[in-house]
Amino acid sequence: MHVKPSINRLGEQAILLQWDFKISPENLKFLLSIKKYIASNIVKHKVEITNTYNSILINYVISIESVYSDFERLKTLDFHNIPLEAVTSKLYRVPVCYDAEFGLDLELLAKEKSLTIDEVISLHTAPEYTLYFIGFLPGFLYLGGMHERLKMPRKSEPRASVLKGAVGIAENQTGIYPNSSPAGWQIIGNCPVALFDPKSEPPCPFASGDRIQFYSVSKLKYDEIQQEVQAGTYHLTSTHG
Amino acid sequence: MANIHVVRPGFYTTLQDTGRHGVAQYGVPQSGVMDSFSAGKANLLLNNDPNAAVLEILMTGPVLEFSSETYIAVCGAQFDILLNDQAISLAKRYRVQKGDVLKFGRLHKGLRAYLAVSGSFQTELVLGSRSQYPGITMAAKLEKGAFLAITDEVVTTKALSRVNFEDTQLWDPAIEAYPGPEFALLSTEEQQQLFERLFTLSSKSNRMAIPFKETFDNTLKGITTGPVLPGTVQLTPNGTLIALMRDCQVSGGYPRVLQLSAFGICQLAQKRPGEAIWFKRKALKS
Repeated sequence: MHVKPSINRLGEQAILLQWDFKISPENLKFLLSIKKYIASNIVKHKVEITNTYNSILINYVISIESVYSDFERLKTLDFHNIPLEAVTSKLYRVPVCYDAEFGLDLELLAKEKSLTIDEVISLHTAPEYTLYFIGFLPGFLYLGGMHERLKMPRKSEPRASVLKGAVGIAENQTGIYPNSSPAGWQIIGNCPVALFDPKSEPPCPFASGDRIQFYSVSKLKYDEIQQEVQAGTYHLTSTHG
Repeated sequence: MANIHVVRPGFYTTLQDTGRHGVAQYGVPQSGVMDSFSAGKANLLLNNDPNAAVLEILMTGPVLEFSSETYIAVCGAQFDILLNDQAISLAKRYRVQKGDVLKFGRLHKGLRAYLAVSGSFQTELVLGSRSQYPGITMAAKLEKGAFLAITDEVVTTKALSRVNFEDTQLWDPAIEAYPGPEFALLSTEEQQQLFERLFTLSSKSNRMAIPFKETFDNTLKGITTGPVLPGTVQLTPNGTLIALMRDCQVSGGYPRVLQLSAFGICQLAQKRPGEAIWFKRKALKS
């Protein structure tokens, strides 16, 4: 594994660390440990540290006072010998309703893949997806780990609008639209849980490194969960691991 | 509470402070004033906190009526500004009274002006900021008939302050930029071209991004989706250069060939669609 990243400044206010490793849950764990190490051992001022698949961005939003000295320290850091702490990750069970009402492309996808709709659902609910990071839209989860057999290109003609919570597939990715938006993904279901609520603290219940497993719910159960979400009484269940 | 009545909202007027910090991990755009140099100047004229919320006024300005006395200052783009039908100057502090009406007329230079009030606009604070953004704040921009809360207490200082800032550079078409993370993947000739050619702002420019009309042929491939910031200049496979601005996403998959300096973002924020610019290379200590 290439543990030494390329380290560059991104404008006056940020430092970008980039690794050339593959996208994998193991590499994500490594990235999150490094992120934790940087937060507690390198930076002295209030900064914002985010990660993507293979990068860490340190953004000096409040003060750029120490950006140069931190940059110098990072360049001389021995990445092979950093004492890495394990980062805790939660496993969430997240409901999805795959009813025909929501699963606009479910039949098409099943036909294309020579699967039954039930088989598509069981392939989609089987994996523990890894949450690499949140981007694109507020609350949009970049999930990895979808089953190869569900791989499907985007729609040739994007839809003008899909419902908030629409669950889709594009190439080897699966994701949930946190809000109603135009969408090119193949839509297979809907998730009643709020992925982004600017009034909540935190605004998104998930964090980079968490794992997510979908479970299929009936339309009746979906409506029930949606009511609880609206009343603020719904709670996601998670287990540490 | 003291407030300002939005008689006419203008073309695209938004409330902005310095933006949202600490929530990029949830995919939340930074937002905030596009030209922080001019907005900062307006706040400084009123002795405000540098993070105080101001109105960002674009192209066709609003008509505003004050419900109580306060001080105001307008900086940035050169509009004809009328206070009760009397012309007032940019970059100067004015006292306004209850019932006074502020209008924005013709735009002579630049694109965005900033109106600061004594203290700050006291509109809703969401995720640590008053910056308007669709899906985060209740309204995405100023709406006709709205009442915008402002600080009640007027801080009176002895003399009318006037701050002289040298702002010639703000209007300069040479936009300050550093080489970006994927700059080195361009050929030597492409690297030179990037700092020599003129680029025209497209009519699709907005607070999220400013694309340029000219195509820049290149052989760069997409990158694994990675972090981007306001000021990151991306190059798409079909050759479109896109400068990301304050409302941009937190990650992107196009090669990041340039990174505008903090001042470069302000310079670009004042250019209109159809105007041509070039990138002026700056180096960071490394």
